Amino acid sequence: MGAILLLVVVVVIVLWVVSAYNGLVALKNQTVNAWKQIDVQLKRRHDLIPNLVNTVKGSMNFEKETLDAVISARSRAMQSGSGGGVKETAAAETALTGALGKLFVVMERYPDLKSSQNVRDLQEELSSTENKIAFARQFYNDIATGYNTKQQQFPTNLVAGLAKAEIAELWEIEDKAERAVPTVDLSLQKPQG
Amino acid sequence: MTAGLNLFEQQARNRRLTVAWMALFILFFAWLGFGGDLALYLAAAARTEGQVPYRFPWIGVVITVIAAIAAWVAWRKGPQQVLWSTGAREVTAPQTFEEKQLVDVVEEMAVATGLPKPKVYVIDDPDPNAFTTGRDPASACIAATTGLLAVLNREELQAVVAHEMGHVRNFDVRLMTLIAALVGVIVVLSNGMGRLLRGGGGRGLGLLGGRGRKASGPLLIAALIVFVLWVITLILAPFISRIMAMAVSRDREYLADATGAELTRNPGALASALQKIETHEAPTTHIKEGAAHLCIADPLGRDVNLKEGRLADLLATHPPMAMRITRLKGMAFQQLKTSGQLPTA
Repeated sequence: MGAILLLVVVVVIVLWVVSAYNGLVALKNQTVNAWKQIDVQLKRRHDLIPNLVNTVKGSMNFEKETLDAVISARSRAMQSGSGGGVKETAAAETALTGALGKLFVVMERYPDLKSSQNVRDLQEELSSTENKIAFARQFYNDIATGYNTKQQQFPTNLVAGLAKAEIAELWEIEDKAERAVPTVDLSLQKPQG
Repeated sequence: MTAGLNLFEQQARNRRLTVAWMALFILFFAWLGFGGDLALYLAAAARTEGQVPYRFPWIGVVITVIAAIAAWVAWRKGPQQVLWSTGAREVTAPQTFEEKQLVDVVEEMAVATGLPKPKVYVIDDPDPNAFTTGRDPASACIAATTGLLAVLNREELQAVVAHEMGHVRNFDVRLMTLIAALVGVIVVLSNGMGRLLRGGGGRGLGLLGGRGRKASGPLLIAALIVFVLWVITLILAPFISRIMAMAVSRDREYLADATGAELTRNPGALASALQKIETHEAPTTHIKEGAAHLCIADPLGRDVNLKEGRLADLLATHPPMAMRITRLKGMAFQQLKTSGQLPTA
């Protein structure tokens, strides 16, 4: 009788360890995948920027500083993206977002740019990519928080070492300006709503 | 009131409600099938004074089999039929700036939910509206009218698409496709059975009491009561099932509003989008009644959807716009409050 009871207890424990372990591995892979999704969008943004810069360069030669800021922010972001951790990537990409935002504000002052179909399409493309980055970041943070909570909570934390679970770094916004309500409206408002 | 709950509490509440409603739906279906058998069984028991041989519940089984087949067909073909009936065309290569924006916004929301990108459809109709259909996130389709694209700005369009993605993520598309199939089956069954009963004249009653003259007592009365109740349900079934479907649909709208707001973190944009959609209250001519419960706003422009109260609560597919907007504004207010951006009065 006692032996059977012991056997039942052991089986239950083993089953629990297996399911907890698998759960952690699944969450870990989800976290990695969510990070990859951010990466996809960041690459897309890096690819789009030269296009935009080339298109607007002609009509904006007075705004060399703004354009240079975007270009240098882009190359810095690309550097930290190819090897940096979450924190460095986040900081560099946030700087790029800021530089782009400034460029969009400046572009508002050039009516011929605003009316150009090509620029409009590019701007929409970039706005959408900016949004996708933000949403991918939001999704990543949600998934990573779930993963972190799971591996810290009792009793799952007992198998966290076994599953080689490590705390995933969240993509936090360091920049004060980014944290405040965005005043730059990247959306292309229709003339009249 | 419920408006004071945060996003996650609202979702939890709505999920509980939906489970309850689905259970009712299934019970209703079972009663429709096996209630007749029960009446016959009780009648037989009354005739033979309690000594009844085992009877196969053929009414229940036949109804269940027919219902299952019909529901399965509606389930498989439903989404395509809905899209076809509205004349929606799929946007594969966007032609206009508006279409491009719609595709972009759908992609953004797919990223936000971590789900595969749904197929995008456009309906040539000047009235602003949108709906989602499909069986699961992988087969989901989001359709918007050209009117919607023309009236809303980018943020508002994003909010509407987020609402639709909310339907996808919460598996509303599955639930609504299923419910549409179930309601359709109940309506067809009820019509068919009603015709059978009328055609058979008093045969139904004859089965109950005619042959067994000795039959009497409480068992016969019970049989009669069950039979009468069963006939009444059969007559009322289409009406009741529609009311139930609408109740589920209304709850789902609130939930999708909440999920949409959670995705964009911008409840205010959805509120203003709903306001714009409401002011263009012309009926969406391309969307028929069958797809009404899928839309973001009632395409038929019925007055019941604008009012609060018992009757409106029963008959509308959508909660009153004013209520939805109020709830969203409540969320926007809470968001401001928790992020400390509210001016201290």
